[in-house]
Amino acid sequence: MAVPKDKHNFETRTIHAGAAPDPTTGARSTPIYQTTSYAFDSTEHAASLFNLQNFGFIYSRLTNPTVSVLEERLANLENGRAAVACSTGHAAQLLALHPLMNPGDRLIASRNLYGGSITQFSHSFKRFGWGVDFVDGTNPNNFSKIITPKHKCIFIESLSNPGGVILDIEKISTISKKHQIPLIVDNTMASPYLCNPFKWGADIITHSMTKFIGGHGNSMGGIVIESGNFDWLASKKFTSLTGPSASYHGLIFAETFGDFAYSMKLRADTLRDLGASLSPTNAFYFITGLETLHIRMERHCKNAYKIANFLEKHNKIAWVSYAGLKSSSFDFLARKYMKKGVGPVFTFGVKKGFSGKKIISNVNIFSHVANVGDTRSLILHPASTTHNQLTEDQKIAAGSGQEVIRLSIGLEHADDLIEDLDNSLKNI
Amino acid sequence: MNILKETEYDDQYIINILQRTKTIAIIGLSSNWNRPSYFVAKYLIDRGYKIFPVNPHQKGNTILGKKVFSSLAEIKETIDMVDIFRSGKEALGLVKEALKIKAKTIWMQIGVSNKEAEKLCKRKGVEIVMNRCPKIEYCRLSGELGWAGINSGLFHNKRRIIRPIYNL
Repeated sequence: MAVPKDKHNFETRTIHAGAAPDPTTGARSTPIYQTTSYAFDSTEHAASLFNLQNFGFIYSRLTNPTVSVLEERLANLENGRAAVACSTGHAAQLLALHPLMNPGDRLIASRNLYGGSITQFSHSFKRFGWGVDFVDGTNPNNFSKIITPKHKCIFIESLSNPGGVILDIEKISTISKKHQIPLIVDNTMASPYLCNPFKWGADIITHSMTKFIGGHGNSMGGIVIESGNFDWLASKKFTSLTGPSASYHGLIFAETFGDFAYSMKLRADTLRDLGASLSPTNAFYFITGLETLHIRMERHCKNAYKIANFLEKHNKIAWVSYAGLKSSSFDFLARKYMKKGVGPVFTFGVKKGFSGKKIISNVNIFSHVANVGDTRSLILHPASTTHNQLTEDQKIAAGSGQEVIRLSIGLEHADDLIEDLDNSLKNI
Repeated sequence: MNILKETEYDDQYIINILQRTKTIAIIGLSSNWNRPSYFVAKYLIDRGYKIFPVNPHQKGNTILGKKVFSSLAEIKETIDMVDIFRSGKEALGLVKEALKIKAKTIWMQIGVSNKEAEKLCKRKGVEIVMNRCPKIEYCRLSGELGWAGINSGLFHNKRRIIRPIYNL
């Protein structure tokens, strides 16, 4: 059914969507409802809630008023129908796939995914009996070449860390549509400010909110958002949504909840049983973070562009892989999918004879941490950290070979960051 | 999904209908507790509407404690709204019956629409809503839908009393 059309601009929605003054106190900022449970009006009311006949709060493993505000706000910002928040980005990926996959099913994923996702998919998910086939997503035909009836979804990132890879979401979505399976896009690195995967045919979006949505490196969280456009009943491939639900006395999610059936299933079944819920306190930090998302992303991109240009001209640097540079092979796709910028995370390699790792020890402003999307500028050697679990071939395929250094440019003054890098490059 | 473009309604139009309506006949109301029609009826009763089940297969029985009628014509009380849980094809005939009993609003559930019925209603000055659910609309406009992380598309800068909708 219809995703409400929002007449307001993105900037206004980052601040207002999903929130209202507290009905009892008038508190204007969304309060932290630090509670596990909620009083029922009557036994009849309680039964209606447990049977999913009424919307309402039961237990904070399922719903919480602070978390709900965040969920509606992100559903709105992504122009989606509904969202379910959870404890981390990794939990979001587990939740997103769980209703779609049975033991023996497979999924196709881009080989450029974040290293942690590749590990999660190829090791832990394998133990659920979920098979994964990684393909080079830069050629969309690679997805159709290997697709079989066993494949239940396609999983890609809108913007890949650390390679700065942008995939052709629209083309890939025509393939998933043809096979009546959902296209899941991890939109973490772009954020809804820079990229809108639903506009290009994606069916489900995941985020690690830990990155740009929180934006301050202080909270862990993930979220799954559905577009409301995927026709589960027509596809007939997803019995968890179209068949009677054993844990709800035969209720059929796709019939009862229509265009937000997937989210209801995620919440009432998957989140209930897997238990990776988001805490209300962390939700509060994400709500606060979202209110400046548009300002932060703009400055992140502006700073990153200056620094990437500085590095590209530096005589000790071999290459800079940043989709915002003219030299990038993803420049063309960036212009289509990320008109406002390509984020502040990128990689570079030092020339032969120099040590990239030394830059990390020499810098004074950049922090050596395993995160991105912070107000602080961050620096990392992916091959020995975030991508350490991968084989050498996988590392190279993911754009994280031994010579590669990853930066996440923060919100400091660009000149100070350039000076910090310039000084550290003198002794490598 | 072109039907969606053809069935866009102003929020105030829906609010007016939900505020004005007191009695609703639900055609195709199931006696099975886990069917969507049952969810809708139960919710609307909770919100203070008087519900009249219409279902020929359940004639003589009660659903949610309400006597079941086999057709609209059997109902003696004034019906403000007729809510249709039948296919779009059947909708035209049902709308004609609804017009006979002078229903003020015709409501067709999600996935149900009928162009001819719409024209007929407009000609007779009867308000019509197609491809929507009164429960979802009530929840959306009163703020409950957001409790499940669902996008209402609404902004609020004043305190809201969730129920009843009459305060909107």
